[in-house]
Amino acid sequence: MAENGKRSGSTVSTKSGQTSRRTFLRSVTLAGGLIGASLMGFIPVIKGWVKRLRPPGALVETDFLASCIKCGQCVQVCPVEAIHIADLDDGIGVGTPYIDPRAQACDFSCDGLQCVLACPTGALTHHIDYPHQAEMAMAKIVNPTLCLASRGEGVHGSARGRDFKGKLRYTEIDRWNPISVTEHPYDLDVCDLCVRQCPIEQRMTQCDEGNPPANDPNQCPPEHAIRLVETGESDGRKTFTPEILSGCVGCGVCQMICPAESSVFEMDVSTQGAVLGSRRGGHS
Amino acid sequence: MRTLIESLAVLFGRTPRQPAPESISDAARAIHEQRMERRTHEETERIKGLHSAQARKLKRWRLRRWATLILVNLLFIVSYKLDIQMLEGALTASRFVGFHMADLNAALQVMLAYKQVLINLLIGIVTILLIWWTLGGRTFCSWICPYHLVSEWAEIIHMYLRKRNIVREHTFSRATRTWLWLIFAALAFVTGYTVFETISPTGILSRALTYGPGLALLWVGFLLLIEIFYSRRAWCRYVCPIGLTYGLVGSTSPFRVQHDLKKCHHDGICRAVCLVPHTLEATKRGRSSKVKTYLGADCTRCGKCIDVCPTGALQYKFKGLGKSK
Repeated sequence: MAENGKRSGSTVSTKSGQTSRRTFLRSVTLAGGLIGASLMGFIPVIKGWVKRLRPPGALVETDFLASCIKCGQCVQVCPVEAIHIADLDDGIGVGTPYIDPRAQACDFSCDGLQCVLACPTGALTHHIDYPHQAEMAMAKIVNPTLCLASRGEGVHGSARGRDFKGKLRYTEIDRWNPISVTEHPYDLDVCDLCVRQCPIEQRMTQCDEGNPPANDPNQCPPEHAIRLVETGESDGRKTFTPEILSGCVGCGVCQMICPAESSVFEMDVSTQGAVLGSRRGGHS
Repeated sequence: MRTLIESLAVLFGRTPRQPAPESISDAARAIHEQRMERRTHEETERIKGLHSAQARKLKRWRLRRWATLILVNLLFIVSYKLDIQMLEGALTASRFVGFHMADLNAALQVMLAYKQVLINLLIGIVTILLIWWTLGGRTFCSWICPYHLVSEWAEIIHMYLRKRNIVREHTFSRATRTWLWLIFAALAFVTGYTVFETISPTGILSRALTYGPGLALLWVGFLLLIEIFYSRRAWCRYVCPIGLTYGLVGSTSPFRVQHDLKKCHHDGICRAVCLVPHTLEATKRGRSSKVKTYLGADCTRCGKCIDVCPTGALQYKFKGLGKSK
């Protein structure tokens, strides 16, 4: 310090040179740190370590990630509050929407795909108008041995126990408002909830009866999504196993409503936006 | 035009330049010359008195600004929580009674990542562009952005600690923000992902307010700690690409803060409170090229300088409205 003080003239420029070099290095460190931090959030996204169910209409994941502006408007309009915003530790893009179907699936109780309409960027593609056009995922049977129907067992009472928070719309009770699943006990000799509550199957039944939703025949799905196949008998009761069909859109209702300890179903999101959702695919 | 180029250059990080002698108007020159004379003791005392009186006064613009900022963000919250659907979404993109609005920087990032122009987004962009061009560009920062508010609180703590010599100020190059803007734009284009959104405290806070807190808030907390203990207002000053985007929008905006050389004492109280003191270059002795000049593009129109100025030398002005000569 004392040395520096003694020097004249040049000291000033050396000092200011030092300061500006320091400022420069500090600035580079700052920029580098921030870029690093922003990329840290991106690595799990690009690696796809975690796969989550996206809302209906979601484009192929890479396109979805590119176009989602992270505003959460889809969250706000969902009548069953199925959509959540991803956090830092979710690893699927901070601020992007996802559905946790075991807790609350998308039951299409809005009929008109409100989340799709709310999306300002088309990350949830505006090319779809009806539930059966969604390509969120395909249901996959992951725990076949847990299936009640496979043992010929039924459901008596609440499907998911008393503490379950999830909601579904039961058209026969209230056409417009979803109610809590716990408020709707079942009394079934053989469990068929995955088929009974499937939004696609329900629409097909309504259409077969000549009552398409909103009196709009376009609401009628062209293909079945799930059915129970008879497998034999156990203790004098017929047994069944679920079979996923090509009409499945991956809404996750079967995964949610399944009364087994762990759901028989999971959503395989690899088909997300496969045809409609791809911006190059367009309408098919 | 020359003023605009200078204003943009300063926005991008260049140090403000002294106006060329020939560009200084006669009226301004006359005042400058008069100001070179030494102040008498009485004059100095009088000005000191003015400043201490002003310091005791209510910070009117800050009050209005904080109220506006809190109300707008509250509107986001109640629109969802009480389902009144006035202002839905978050600050990245929203609907105001049904009209699309999109944050310009977020929309830019999305379009660079997705490489497609989206029609709804375009409507939102134009709406927001018109609003913020009219209202001054970075006005968004100080009047709407929730991070600005918490950062102002952090700044109060930072200044207190600095006064006690507990912390020391560290500055960065202001050009860092320009580089980061370019890098984040390039990253969005190359990776196909809105990389910046991961670390944007504006987006994180706005979403946390509406959809509930999350771990991402830790990042915001970390930024605030840096601002308290290391560098004053670091994010808004040296980093935020959103601020730079709105700065560009505001560069031609009619809504400005005007500096009146005749009333200015050149004491620099305004620069001391300012987030972007380089916009207040005209308040330095001899640096004003005209009697009345407008603050540059980086100005957030926060009104802090107006609040502390005892002579009214700094005022909000709509260019073209009312008499301005």
